[in-house]
Amino acid sequence: MINDITSMEALRLARKIKDKELSVIEVLRTQLNAVYEREPLYNSYITIMEDEAYRQAKFVQQRIDTGGLADSPLAGVLVAIKDNICTKSVRTTCASKMLEEFIPSYDATVIERLKEAGVILIGKVNLDEFAMGGTTTSSYFGATKNPWNVKHVPGGSSGGSASVVAAEEAYISLGSDTGGSIRQPASFCGVVGIKPTYGTVSRYGLIPFAPSLDQIGPIGRCVSDCVAMLEVISGHDPKDSTSIRKKNYSYREALVDDIKGMRIGIPKLYLDEGLDDDVHKKFTEVVKTYKGLGADVEFFDMNVLRYSPQAYFVISCAEATSSLSRFDGLKYGYGIEEYEGIQELYIKSRSEAFGDEVKRRIMLGAFTQSPGKYEDYYNKARKIRRLIYQAYEEAFEKYDVLLSPEQIKTAPPLNYKVNDPKEKHQSEMLNASVNLAGLPAVCLPCGQDRNGLPIGIQLIAKQFGEKNIIRAAYAFEQTRPYERPSILT
Amino acid sequence: MKEYELDIGLEVHVELSTASKIFCACSTKFSLEANSSCCPVCTGMPGTLPVLNKKAVEYGVAVGLALNCTITRDTMFDRKNYYYPDLPKAYQISQLYYPLAQKGKVIINESGQEKIIRIHELHLEEDAGRLLHDWEKDKTYIDYNRAGIPLIEIVTEADMHSADEVLAFLDKLKSILQYLGVSDCKMEEGSIRVDLNLSVREAGAITLGTRTEMKNINSFKAIARAIESESARQIEILRNGGQVALETRRWDDVSNESIRMRAKENIEDYRYFPDPDIPPLIISSDWIDEIKARLPEFRDEKIFRFQRDYDISLYDAEVLTSSKKIADIFEETAKLCHMPKEVSNWLMVEGMRIIRANEMDVWDIDFNPDNLAKLILMVDKGQINRTIAKEVFEEIFLKNIDPEVYVNKHGLGIISDDKILGSAALRVINNNPKSVSDYKQGKAKALGYLMGQTMKELNGRADPSLVRKILLELLQ
Repeated sequence: MINDITSMEALRLARKIKDKELSVIEVLRTQLNAVYEREPLYNSYITIMEDEAYRQAKFVQQRIDTGGLADSPLAGVLVAIKDNICTKSVRTTCASKMLEEFIPSYDATVIERLKEAGVILIGKVNLDEFAMGGTTTSSYFGATKNPWNVKHVPGGSSGGSASVVAAEEAYISLGSDTGGSIRQPASFCGVVGIKPTYGTVSRYGLIPFAPSLDQIGPIGRCVSDCVAMLEVISGHDPKDSTSIRKKNYSYREALVDDIKGMRIGIPKLYLDEGLDDDVHKKFTEVVKTYKGLGADVEFFDMNVLRYSPQAYFVISCAEATSSLSRFDGLKYGYGIEEYEGIQELYIKSRSEAFGDEVKRRIMLGAFTQSPGKYEDYYNKARKIRRLIYQAYEEAFEKYDVLLSPEQIKTAPPLNYKVNDPKEKHQSEMLNASVNLAGLPAVCLPCGQDRNGLPIGIQLIAKQFGEKNIIRAAYAFEQTRPYERPSILT
Repeated sequence: MKEYELDIGLEVHVELSTASKIFCACSTKFSLEANSSCCPVCTGMPGTLPVLNKKAVEYGVAVGLALNCTITRDTMFDRKNYYYPDLPKAYQISQLYYPLAQKGKVIINESGQEKIIRIHELHLEEDAGRLLHDWEKDKTYIDYNRAGIPLIEIVTEADMHSADEVLAFLDKLKSILQYLGVSDCKMEEGSIRVDLNLSVREAGAITLGTRTEMKNINSFKAIARAIESESARQIEILRNGGQVALETRRWDDVSNESIRMRAKENIEDYRYFPDPDIPPLIISSDWIDEIKARLPEFRDEKIFRFQRDYDISLYDAEVLTSSKKIADIFEETAKLCHMPKEVSNWLMVEGMRIIRANEMDVWDIDFNPDNLAKLILMVDKGQINRTIAKEVFEEIFLKNIDPEVYVNKHGLGIISDDKILGSAALRVINNNPKSVSDYKQGKAKALGYLMGQTMKELNGRADPSLVRKILLELLQ
């Protein structure tokens, strides 16, 4: 049965709160009830911040009642946070045994901005351990399940962020995207996710996987909600030297249903091989729809993208190895009690607290940077990265946005193991090149496959071209109704 | 027996005296309570990010320019990865691929010979924390106050061949750093740390021998001892037909010998790569010019100019420029009182005496030149005599007092009233009939005694020549 309150779009909910049709506490109570009811099914939350959320709700209601937050379109909206974003006094685990009891002493910049905007944090949500993976099955706190079919994965690494939004356990969420970690789960869960241009959203307080690729972004049930959230979290942060100083971080004017004459390019190799029949069919319909809306759609060659998965893997693992070194069992996080000498403390703590995938990537990263390997791997990967960036730059001389299927298949079953390396390769090619080039991309739903699992498309723009993808996404969104998991209807 | 020559290169770490740390706003003050000057950034808490302190870059560029280096216009920071409890992130942010400054030189003067020491590079990095061992309780504590203090590492070529040359280089470097005001240069507090790369080769041989790196040298004196000990050790190995191992050794100042720490690590073992958290740093030529324009006149130029402009000896000029502070005091005082020779005399004779007597360092001197100029003028005008002036000088030197106020307050001004002088002299004559008769019998020494007694009567406040004149008159 559709719940009138929890199914509402975030912006509409905030409007009703402002108009005193709903109180923040009432919304929170309804939402928490839904969360407690659904969590046994999906396991999306690692930490539910009930007490803290009530405190915030009272405070935000007070601010609204006294005329505050008038310019804040998301005031009172309940938002879930991927559990690799630091929240002061609330444990931040990265879904790892290593940080099971880690309580940050500070808020990430995005969290400060949410609180300022009167947004209410409802909880910390599941991910693949340290955001490494595409299934949210490697979490120390157990796998999250896809609200469309609990026998399937929600995608990852921001699987909790996508599933809570799809399952209406939160209105919007924050995820992080290093090589597709916002877009892929958004696609698998049938919701909208934006990966902003690198440097748009402060990374201060995001526990890094690969700092040159990581970017925080919103996941929501519609483009407008994501845009509203993106406006809250965007902007230069003096605490993050890689955040860009730019005057205007306003995107809402791109929410217009008009893309006549928009130039859309489709890299041919996206459709080359491995694409599931249903995905292919839906994608062809999408192309037709765009043409129908007056866009100029064209296929073109961009073969350098073929090398993006390898470059992505080398760079992300190398950076991860270094970034995760600080978890040494000494200062915070998991540390063994009994040890002979510091080496044993390091080795045993890390061996016991990191999961297999994390260990695999740490070892791979250490290998590619070990003596004699730097030139062959890391430096070569950086060169490929440069070529990919240039190829995108050339493409955006001809096109306003690039279009692709978000994934080659819909969400796989929970126990599914990727045996065909080509499949993994293809999936990463669609996503990781965007991070390598630091570009903005959005994923939005375009229908379902034969099993009723959502299919998504991806739109990519040049650096700081968020308005182009928002316009293209919004126009497409208007052509079809929002579809929710059948269990909620 | 074969003779051997030494080749020595240095790696000098210098803590920069910026107010805040290199990547966060924490204070760099020394000797604060343990872990009281740290934050999530410098303790490497997950998710935190470094923000580069512009002042640290400015100081680094200034040192690079002073060492005649080429400044790297497009530079960046790298991560040096290794595990150690004092390194909170398990990597140190440093510079490997594009050091801030490269290819410089310093000219040293060693026993009358000018010699060029080439600078290989200078790079910026962050300091690590400090480990405190409690051996009795078998515990180790970590103090992160030092973590994130900006360091420059200056790497020389192996251009030094004796302990004297090394010390001459370090003196020169210390003077440059101190003139720039970028470091307090206190070796005992660890603000300068010197690692020694030393190798020996047969006299006349062209290729360098295998080197060892020596760490933990905590004083200038220890440097000379370490060089002597390590070169002797290597020579003995070679004379016995052995091979010197490429390794890192640790100097033990108590036992006066070094101990092997570990095989010298390969640079690749640190898995250096560009730090993705810090964008490339582009240093504009305008900024470099600006820093260049603000460079002070260094010691060598000052020594030359002081001799020429103030007509003082080379030795005096060297002493007066041993710290920028004392050179500035000399010059400003000279400008105020127009008696450079007098100023030099005061500083050289009385100043150095006080420094020795109080076991001070020239770096510690700090007083207002105005006060010394006033004192010199007071003496010149005969307002106080020299003996009193010395007392007042010491007060200025140590406590920076105003001589006019001090002299008034303590009633030290000269007494030139004939009546007072006359009655004091008369009292002395009356009380010392023996000396008077001695004098009258031609013993000139007796006059000196009577003068001394009269000065004593007057608390030293009289002009001795005037006292002498009055005594002579009375004795006639």
